[in-house]
Amino acid sequence: MKIAIMKLGEVLITALPLDLIDEDAMGFQTDLLHEINLRDAKGVVIDISALDIVDSFMARIINDSASMAVLLGVKVVVCGMQPQVATTLIEMGRELLGVEAALNLDLAMQRLLQRIDDE
Amino acid sequence: MNSPKTANIQAIQIAISSQADVIACRKTARETATAMGFGLADQTRLATAVSELARNALRHAGGGIFLVHAVQSDGRNGIQVLVEDKGPGILDIEQAMQDGYSTDRSLGLGLPAARRLVHNMQINSKPGKTTICIDIYLPQ
Ligand SMILES: Nc1ncnc2c1ncn2[C@@H]1O[C@H](COP(=O)(O)OP(=O)(O)O)[C@@H](O)[C@H]1O
Ligand SMILES: [Mg+2]
Repeated sequence: MKIAIMKLGEVLITALPLDLIDEDAMGFQTDLLHEINLRDAKGVVIDISALDIVDSFMARIINDSASMAVLLGVKVVVCGMQPQVATTLIEMGRELLGVEAALNLDLAMQRLLQRIDDE
Repeated sequence: MNSPKTANIQAIQIAISSQADVIACRKTARETATAMGFGLADQTRLATAVSELARNALRHAGGGIFLVHAVQSDGRNGIQVLVEDKGPGILDIEQAMQDGYSTDRSLGLGLPAARRLVHNMQINSKPGKTTICIDIYLPQ
């Protein structure tokens, strides 16, 4: 299953679906980097509000996708993490969370546009 | 003697041989937790720990069996999950429980993370048989 990556202005917007299998998660990572290059984006928002769990594998996919995007020169904000997922991730180990986060898509867009403007 | 809460909780077994099965295991664990009255945070802790263990059985042992059932200990109601496989075994359990240890070029955080999310975790492993057992209890 391919995950949709949409473009709004200079920002790519994408949402990870519930119960993603590993291959699709890795496919997403590749697609995202490809789309950043292809569509000349300056920012990326990854909405994870649908995820009812984030295990160490998903955490790695999210972190790696974000850090690779940053290496390509774009700003990344992850948004919408469910509070109990955040609690669980903190308890699992702090290494697992290393991305800029926002409460919801609105705030993520605001933050991103601000940071793109600041450049 | 079962309390009213545990009396109607069915033991459920799932064979783990694909990623869809791993997803089914964590959903089943969550549903059992919900049925027993666990809150959202504990449901999420248990489902996440189950995801780590079921994934390990699939990746490191080529598959296994998941079993969830209600337990009582010291008068407290809880859930016990067993994940068993017939794989190569965990050679050095102490090492496997350390953050960052992986034989798979993976994060190596699954086992120690799972341990932190539940009240009790026990590992029995030898070549040909690994059993990992986790328990989580309702607040008293
Ligand atoms: N069911 C299992 N059978 C054999 N080895 C296992 C099993 N579960 C875990 N291991 C071993 O323990 C290591 C650590 O596991 P874990 O913390 O989940 O990290 P990861 O799965 O990312 O490697 C694995 O790399 C593997 O060597
Ligand atoms: Mg693992």
